[in-house]
Formats: sequence, C-alpha cells, structure tokens
Amino acid sequence: MDIFFYLFAALTLICGLLVVANPFSRNPVTSAMFLVLTILSMAGLFVLLNAFFLAAVQVIVYAGAVIVLYLFVIMLLDLGADERRRLNKAMVGLSFLGVGLLAFVLVSSIGQSEAVGALSSPRLQGTTEKLGKALFSDYVLPFEVVSVVLLVAMVGIILLSKRDLK
Amino acid sequence: MDLVSTMVKISGVVGVLLLVVAYMVLAERRISAWAQDRMGPNRVGPWGLIQPIADGLKFLLKEDFTPNYVKQPFFWIAPAITIVPALMVFAVLPFGSFLGSQKMVIADLNIGVLYTFGIVSLGVYGIVLAGYAANSKYPFLGGIRSSAQIISYEIAMGMSVVPIFMLIGEPGLLKSLGGEGGAWAKFLAGTEGLNFSRVVAYQAESLFNWLIFKQPLAFLIFLVAAFAETNRLPFDLPEAETELVAGYHTEYSSMKFALFFLAEYANMIAASGLLVTLFLGGWSLPFLGLDDPATSVLGGVLHILIFMAKVFAVMFLFIWVRWTLPRFRYDQLMQLGWKRFVPLALANIVITAFVLWTVAGGQA
Repeated sequence: MDIFFYLFAALTLICGLLVVANPFSRNPVTSAMFLVLTILSMAGLFVLLNAFFLAAVQVIVYAGAVIVLYLFVIMLLDLGADERRRLNKAMVGLSFLGVGLLAFVLVSSIGQSEAVGALSSPRLQGTTEKLGKALFSDYVLPFEVVSVVLLVAMVGIILLSKRDLK
Repeated sequence: MDLVSTMVKISGVVGVLLLVVAYMVLAERRISAWAQDRMGPNRVGPWGLIQPIADGLKFLLKEDFTPNYVKQPFFWIAPAITIVPALMVFAVLPFGSFLGSQKMVIADLNIGVLYTFGIVSLGVYGIVLAGYAANSKYPFLGGIRSSAQIISYEIAMGMSVVPIFMLIGEPGLLKSLGGEGGAWAKFLAGTEGLNFSRVVAYQAESLFNWLIFKQPLAFLIFLVAAFAETNRLPFDLPEAETELVAGYHTEYSSMKFALFFLAEYANMIAASGLLVTLFLGGWSLPFLGLDDPATSVLGGVLHILIFMAKVFAVMFLFIWVRWTLPRFRYDQLMQLGWKRFVPLALANIVITAFVLWTVAGGQA
C-alpha cells in the first residue's frame, strides 16, 4: 500500500507543478488537463485513506464538471497572448517562496495539535451512509449555509452576464 | 489468488465487450437496412457475419493521416481517452451471480453508482479534446456542443437514480430475501447502500419489484439521458452530419476514427448494462428458480446469459430509436434537459420521499 501512496503523492505533486509551471508548453488547455490528472491522483490518495465517497465526489465534481467548464472558457476565449508569454522566472521563485511559507505554517500547526497523536489508525472510518446522516442532522446548518453561498454566486453570475437586467 | 481471479474476470469482461462492440456495429447496419427495406452487409461470410473482421482489417490497413495544422499531443490522446471510460464502467456492474465461489462482478464497490457517474463524467474529455485538437471550426463546434450536452444531461441522470437508492436503502432488505446464511447473504456480504448488487437483490423476487415498474418516471429520464450521454440519435447534435460534416471526429482517419466509433458502441453497451442493472432486474429472472444467486455452475452461466440477453434487448431499442426518430434542434435538446427533466427528477425525489414517509407511518 505504501508504494501506492508514494505513487499518487508523486503524481499529484508533479502534475500540480506542471499546471502552473510547465516548461514545455504555455498552452492553457495543457494546464487544465494536468489539473485533471492532479485531481485524479488526489482521488487515488482519498481511496488509500478508505474515503471512497470523497474520492468519487472529487472526480465527479472537479474532474467531471468544474474543469470541463474551465476548458469551455479557455477554448472560447482567445488566449493566444498568454501562450506566447514566456515563463517569468522571478514569479516562479516568488511562488515557491509563498508555497514554502504556507507549508511551514501548516506543518508547524499540525505538529502542535494534539489530534494527530491521538489517531491510532491513519485510515478513515465510516461509510457514505454515516456521512450523509451526519451532514443532515448534526451539521445541517453549516450544510445549508454553504448552499446559500452557492446560490448567491449563481445569482451574481446571472446578474453579471445579463446586462439588461441591471 | 484474489488478484488472479480478478485478472481473469477483467480479461473475460473486456474480451466479451470488445467482441460485442464489433458485432453491434454489424447488428446496427443490418437492423438499419431492415428498417429502410435494404439488404445491409451480407457478402462477407454467411449473413455478413465476418464483416466486423473485414472492417477491422480495413481500419488497420488504412493510411493514418494526420493533418499538419492539428494540435499533435491532444490529437493523439483524444481517441484513447474516449474509449477508456466506456470500458471502465463495467468494473462495478454485477453481470452474474456466482460461478463456483466467484461473485460475478469485478469490483463490488460500495459507492458503485457514484463510481459510475465519476467515470461517465470523464468521458467528455475525449470529445472536447478531439474537437479542440482538430483546430478547425466544425470539430470545435461539435466538441463544444457535446460537452454542454453531456454536462446538462448528467444532472438529470444523476437525480433520476436518487429515488432508486431511497427505495434500496430501506431497512430489512436481507430479511425479505431469506435472512442470514442463505445465498443472498453470501451475495450481499459487506455491501452497503449505493452498491449495485443490492439494486439487483431488491428487484429479484418478483417482476413488479423491477424498478422500471416502481419508478417509471426515473426510468424514462434515465433512458433519455442515456441517449444524450452516448450522443445517439435523436440527440447526436455533436456529429450532426447535415450541419457539422462529422462533428468532433471530422479530421480523424483509420484506427483513430475507429476508436471513436467503437467508443460510441462501448458507451451504448455500458448504458444498456446500467439500465438493465438499475431498472430491469440485472442478472435475475423472477421465475424458474433464477431469482436467487446460483449455487451450481449451470445456474451461474444462465445468469450471465440472462444479463447479456437483457443488455442486447436494450441495445436493440437504442438502434431502433436511431433509425426511427429525427434529430432534435440544439435549443430543444437543452430545453428538454434543463426545463423538463431536472424539475421532473426533483419532483420524483420529493414524491418518493413523501410516499416512503407515509408508508413508514409518518415517523421521521
């Protein structure tokens, strides 16, 4: 099982890097496709954690819907200028610095929390059924609030795209 | 040992699937000829039965032409991406009960139906990339049309199966099937709510348990959405010949074109397999003792044959509809998906929930 973890982790990192800093192609479609691979490898990591539901939802929502819409937008807009722009070395360095700082904050905060030591097994427990019950009983308020946020985003899009509604 | 039996099952399923795909092309041509009062291909072998081999040879030997304005890497991987999801759907479908001690399903996932929708939603990339890679107008329009169509109908399709799993999720499924220690207990061991084996178990006992009778609306929505997802007439807008030459695969030739062609049929078989498992009782028949998981090898083989026969029946429906109905207009297609099916599917969920709540005596 360890082999699979390293395989998927490496794939996630490499594909993630190729999304933002691909030395061979500046084509936005290529980036989007590498983003799909990143998400599929992350779904693999979820499967290794026994979180099958999360893995499936990750694939359906992100790979199956969100990035398809990205591709739509990329293809319909003319992004020729971005394709010709060279990779800005200073920006790459700065992004590595930013990510490094974020990783430092995350790692040090994980090290300080007590929950990590308390978890005896790294595998997640619980089924889709339990997750659903928890979402609709204990966590029903946050769940509904999230859906309201999505609704607001939808209304905003409609207002922005329909100029004559203003 | 587990790995070996899984490998055997995978090779068996993929082998049979590719064979069926090849012969479905022949069946489509013969049935279309029959529908139009022609002969159809009948020269190669008796009744044209060797025609698929001749077609395959033709595809292999033709020049593999790549126009020099296409986007190379995408042009090459698009056909492969198209056919892979079609084959992967079969990993979770139970195509039989037991053969010896082996359960006739490759991976009995407890998130079966979610896995299927995940894989189906990846199928759109092949078509989008093919349209993009061709770098010319008609394929691009075909690709865009197809992705919009597939995303739209996925929503109706996903919501249409929710009532099914509300019914399956009712407690006491195993008890009504002979309880612990029986063949069903062995078949359903370790399964949970979203598993396809449970859907079959729910429908096995009587004809009126088939979900086509219990959820006719869900069946109708799923069937029409399946036509849209597989780009079949009356929803074949992505490759509408009269408007778009051949849509997203205009620039493809030889084996690359054949992959798109085969993927269409593999997708059809996958959709038929899903329809059979979800609505038509899967591998079971409610009489002659074929409703319980098999205990003998003969019974096991019979169950596999029943599953295949049902899939062929649904495939015939797909072909029959293609040569009967005219094509929709694109705006009609979108209106049907978003303004008719999505509200209907939602209403179906609410009604099913209300009925289940009433049957349970108004208890939460």
